[in-house]
Amino acid sequence: MLTIRDLKTPLIGPFDLDLAPGAATAVSGPSGAGKSLFLRAIADLDENAGSVVLNGVSRASLSAPDWRRKVAYVPAESGWWSERVEDHFQDTPGLGALLAAVGLENALGWEIARLSTGERQRLALVRALQLAPQVLLLDEPTSALDPPSVQQVETLLAARLHSGCAMLLVTHDPGQPDRFGARRLHMEHGKFTDLEPREAMS
Amino acid sequence: MTGYLALSYWDLAAASIFLVLNAVFSLLLNLGLTRTLIVSALRMTVQLLLVGLILKAIFFAGSLWWTLLAAAVMSVFAGREIWARQDRRLKGLWGPGLGAGAMLIAGMLVTVYALVGQIRPDPVWAPQFALPLFGMILGNTMTGVSLGLDTLHSALARGSRAVEAQLLLGRTKWEATRPLVRQALRSGFTPIINAMAATGVVSLPGMMTGQILSGVDPQEAVKYQLLIMFLLGGATGLGVLAATFGSVWRLTDNRHRLRLDRLSGGSA
Repeated sequence: MLTIRDLKTPLIGPFDLDLAPGAATAVSGPSGAGKSLFLRAIADLDENAGSVVLNGVSRASLSAPDWRRKVAYVPAESGWWSERVEDHFQDTPGLGALLAAVGLENALGWEIARLSTGERQRLALVRALQLAPQVLLLDEPTSALDPPSVQQVETLLAARLHSGCAMLLVTHDPGQPDRFGARRLHMEHGKFTDLEPREAMS
Repeated sequence: MTGYLALSYWDLAAASIFLVLNAVFSLLLNLGLTRTLIVSALRMTVQLLLVGLILKAIFFAGSLWWTLLAAAVMSVFAGREIWARQDRRLKGLWGPGLGAGAMLIAGMLVTVYALVGQIRPDPVWAPQFALPLFGMILGNTMTGVSLGLDTLHSALARGSRAVEAQLLLGRTKWEATRPLVRQALRSGFTPIINAMAATGVVSLPGMMTGQILSGVDPQEAVKYQLLIMFLLGGATGLGVLAATFGSVWRLTDNRHRLRLDRLSGGSA
């Protein structure tokens, strides 16, 4: 589905990676290994070289905004550009259901400044899922969540996987890759390394 | 020029007595301002005396080339000032180039338009008209452009995450930077808008005061002042717009990325 060949920036790579529809891939590794930079490069948010192809369509042939709507990257900490929560969302029919799925059905009237980190993290995910992307690039999607919220978010993401999304996630939660049935990769110093999964999670 | 009363250098020395008094107070009260006060006053005196000499020479020569040279020197100083007033600047030649370029294009366009269209001296570049006019327009455009760029660059550096969040949702670089661009434009326009609002009510503009003191009919002085204010407003607006959009263009790329690697670090 998503084919990455020889992707590199001055700091990381080169990477080759294939993501299949309905399948998850989990990347672990120490802080500063370049995991977030890898996701940013796929989303074309940093300057990079190499080829990324989605279902036979090359990234270079699409405008960057079109590409990012199909291949959505959700950073570990997202930005907010307005004071009210509702200003950050499109008014689509599915929005209510998405918000309810992460336990934030009443959040639209709230102020960004009064949200907890966990609430922001879930809202940023909903904001990205609204675009119905084909590939999800998630940077520690549940790092700030309590166990019940983690479960809600994982249920929501699993549903996306079942409907044919491909998912690439960076996570420090040792159990999370298994819960998505994810293939595991380990990154160090800007490259994938061949470590046993158990060691990779340390 | 019937009402013009010439000043002697003794008059100036006498007028400075209150300033000297302030310096004495500062010394007595141990305010530590004496040195700065004296140095600034002396510096201003030297600068203005020199400018008077130079302007007199240029007016006397009546040469187009000397006039252009003087305008070029003024532009270099103003361009440097724009650069110096920004906490974060574009890297490379863009740093001094963009602000000065925007200021120059706007300033020259408006100056030439006013000389050819409304003031019509003979010759059209006559230094008595061209240089003071260009200087006023340059000074105001300089203030606007440096405020606009400084605001934009700080806002982008502080708000990069918010801009990137919008880019990630498939918005274009122009959509994603719009709130910050609006903030920068507003900040660049504010001084000239405030000046227009306060002019005549709070303060009599310097140029108009000068004309009245040299015996010009107040109504004529007002007409000149209005002309100048329109030109200042126009040039400032054009300069701020060009500099702000030019900088957004430079700090993003055709793949709609935020390119803060092209911006130098701030002091804070």
